[in-house]
Amino acid sequence: MVPSNISTPKDTSPAQSHFVVEMRGIVKRFPGVLANDHVDFELRPGEIHALLGENGAGKSTLMNILAGMYRQDAGIIKINGAPVTFSSPRDAINAGIGMIHQHFMLVPSQTVTENILLGLDNPRFILNLSQYDARIAELGRQFGLEVDPRAKIWQLSVGEQQRVEILKMLYRGANVLIMDEPTAVLAPQEIDGLFNILRSMTAQGKSIIFISHKLNEISAIADRVTVLRRGKVTAAGQPAKGLTKQQLANLMVGRDVIFNLEKKPVQRGEIVLDVQDVYADNDKGLPALRGVSINVCAGEIVGLAGVAGNGQRELSQVITGLRKCKQGRIYLNRETVSNRSVIFGIQRGMAYIPEDRTHVGTAPNLSVTDNVIMRKYRQSPIAQYGLLNMPLAVQYANELKQAYDIIVPHVSTPVRLLSGGNLQRVILAREISGQPKFMVAVQPTRGLDVGAIEGVHRLLLTQREAGAAVLLISEELEELLSLSDRIYVIYEGKIMGEVKIEAGEADPGLIETIGLMMTGTPLEQIEQQGVRVHG
Amino acid sequence: MAEKTKFFTRLKSYRIRIEPRLSEPPAWYPPLVSLSALIFALILGGILIKLAGGDPIRSYTHIAKASFGNIGVISDTIVKATPILMTALACSVAFRMKLWNIGAEGQFIMGAFGASAVVLTKVLAPETSRWIFIPAMMLAGMAGGAIWGFIPGYLKAKFNVNEIISSLMLNYIAVAWVNFWIFAVWTEAGFQMSPKFPLNAWLPRLTDYAQHIPALRGLTTHMGLLFGILAAIILWLIVFRSCWGYEIRLIGDNPQAARYAGVNISKNTVLVMMLSGALAGLGGMSEVSGMVHRLQTAPIAAGYGFTGIIVAWLSKLNPLVIIFVSILFGALILAGREIQPSGVPKMIQGIILVCLIASDFLLRYRFRIVSTAEEE
Repeated sequence: MVPSNISTPKDTSPAQSHFVVEMRGIVKRFPGVLANDHVDFELRPGEIHALLGENGAGKSTLMNILAGMYRQDAGIIKINGAPVTFSSPRDAINAGIGMIHQHFMLVPSQTVTENILLGLDNPRFILNLSQYDARIAELGRQFGLEVDPRAKIWQLSVGEQQRVEILKMLYRGANVLIMDEPTAVLAPQEIDGLFNILRSMTAQGKSIIFISHKLNEISAIADRVTVLRRGKVTAAGQPAKGLTKQQLANLMVGRDVIFNLEKKPVQRGEIVLDVQDVYADNDKGLPALRGVSINVCAGEIVGLAGVAGNGQRELSQVITGLRKCKQGRIYLNRETVSNRSVIFGIQRGMAYIPEDRTHVGTAPNLSVTDNVIMRKYRQSPIAQYGLLNMPLAVQYANELKQAYDIIVPHVSTPVRLLSGGNLQRVILAREISGQPKFMVAVQPTRGLDVGAIEGVHRLLLTQREAGAAVLLISEELEELLSLSDRIYVIYEGKIMGEVKIEAGEADPGLIETIGLMMTGTPLEQIEQQGVRVHG
Repeated sequence: MAEKTKFFTRLKSYRIRIEPRLSEPPAWYPPLVSLSALIFALILGGILIKLAGGDPIRSYTHIAKASFGNIGVISDTIVKATPILMTALACSVAFRMKLWNIGAEGQFIMGAFGASAVVLTKVLAPETSRWIFIPAMMLAGMAGGAIWGFIPGYLKAKFNVNEIISSLMLNYIAVAWVNFWIFAVWTEAGFQMSPKFPLNAWLPRLTDYAQHIPALRGLTTHMGLLFGILAAIILWLIVFRSCWGYEIRLIGDNPQAARYAGVNISKNTVLVMMLSGALAGLGGMSEVSGMVHRLQTAPIAAGYGFTGIIVAWLSKLNPLVIIFVSILFGALILAGREIQPSGVPKMIQGIILVCLIASDFLLRYRFRIVSTAEEE
């Protein structure tokens, strides 16, 4: 069961050979994905161990296994040297492992103390809250986590709420804290505060696993780093001090085989989409885009690279009219499309493949027919005097089913019964069949198997050859490199730079540059230091 | 030996697992499940009747006879079903968009008020022809209901006010409003009711044609049924065959996808609430003009709006199915009164509802016997 080639760090000294957490040969399979492929991970007492990787690299899966949320298909977990099996998060917390999720699990209308005591067997009925208030305040002081125990959660800032989450775990006796991208929700000054807290906790013997993909933070806080890529370990517990940002970026992004696609030379046309200095807020009202300027020409695929949550989603929404733009303008063939309705864009040949197939792209309980007419049900010939021409719609759905290999017994089947690949084909068929002038595709291949991915790539290239302008937003760097003519890199709502992709092999220096931009270094800065990077 | 032990441990470790259905069940399955649920409910109801000291078989045959036994009671059943049909249609279109309009009751009452106002304010002289009276009353009734639907719809679209609370509260206001008019303004000799409408403001009834066809004597089924059936057909066409209905279905199934398709959700919230209100209002009009023939609170605010919620739900929001389910409920209400004014018949209604709604679970999930070994 356990692979024989267990890698042990070379610098293991006798004093450090004792691990708080030891995971060996962890395998976790999800339908169609090998999320963890014989992953080894070890955590020493009193260290901050960063877990680095792109989205979908398997970090969260690994940590969810450790926190008792999932069970591994193979491999063993040892806590303080003793093998354990967790069948629920409760088992994990009893073993001293607490996970702090990105999305806090707090009751807004209750006080800090009530939230911390929630779900505990003792006290069963809360009689004397003030006694617990004092205890929690004391615990907070000990670790530098000052929060007013009597404050209601909704009154607290995000940083303070995070402290409550940490306190909750400490109160339950957690010895190991898993923090899932803890800085993603914090403002810069709060991040410094968090780092101080983390240091004070490790000073008192706690161990911390810090999930991140921000290289600056890792060099600032972590003692050691483990890097995952596509479910495999690419660096096991290496000292963070010894690694440069370039090396980390390489380990994280990698240089996997570029998809072998035939990309025909296409004459680049005029600018179709022109985004000029756009600012927009995210759903929480925080700035998501801060002065984004990009353009896409006819007959080219332009990639937008970046780690998830850096404004890609908001940018696609601002372009397609689903989100208001606070400042700046967006032009489609010289016509303003920003802050207009969605229909305005649709009528001018804008196609949109949204990131979320099931929640945005389709209506799960409606039929394939109903789903394929979603963006054209207002237009003749589907619509006639306000009525739907259903026989025609069914015929149209059947044509698309044929042309795009949608595997479904009948077009009256609700789309919730379709597989991910089929669902994506429904969306692509719908969006492409209108011969769009411009298309935004967000993560069009996420979660699809290799065959389906290739199909999607082909369709995108066909669009390019047909003279459409395509904006491809993806977290898969290989995908971007093999399809795009140019790539912009976005980080925290700003464009870090733009690179041209020459046909043929992508050179390692370029990938490294993109990796650095994805983790927050602007292109000019990289070019200034260019000699050092390549030398 | 090892094989044998393994077999026994496997045998011991079988258990029932509930899992979501990944494919559509065959076409015969949903009606069969509903029918089984109905039978199951009647058996439970029978136990209840037995416990209450009654004879279940006799009670059920009595209910059947009292609602479908002869042409006269069938007519009465249909008269009872007509207002339910309209309110159920009203609820179904709002529910289709996941707008929880609990205010069909109030919209029904306001529809009755609107229609009555045409008569009682004497904007139309009592001698006016039926051909003008009835369409005018229909329009006024639908307008009354639509206004009552507009209020929660607008509040929801503009300020995101919960439509369940606002539409529910408007029911009470509607009752109070009608009470004010019949107590203070249109009272008939101090009684809490308006004067009787002139004959031209009555919807034609079957019994009105008894002089030509004697068999129709005493049958009070009125033209409201026709309105209801027509409304159901039109509503079906709107929901399943029109662009607007497509938007309603899209919003109901996935509002995010609707936004992505460019549908204006706020506008539709208001419009659908108004359509829902107008349908309930038409029901109110048909009830005062076809059955009560005067404005009076008690027979109008009889809970049709709430029964409509149940009927809409049981019919899976399908307007054509609603026609049949509302007749079934008309029968239950009518015959239920025959055996007991309140109590057991209402409980049987409740049991049927709970069983039918619970049976929905069987459509979405299935039971599978698995060994725990297989689960690992």
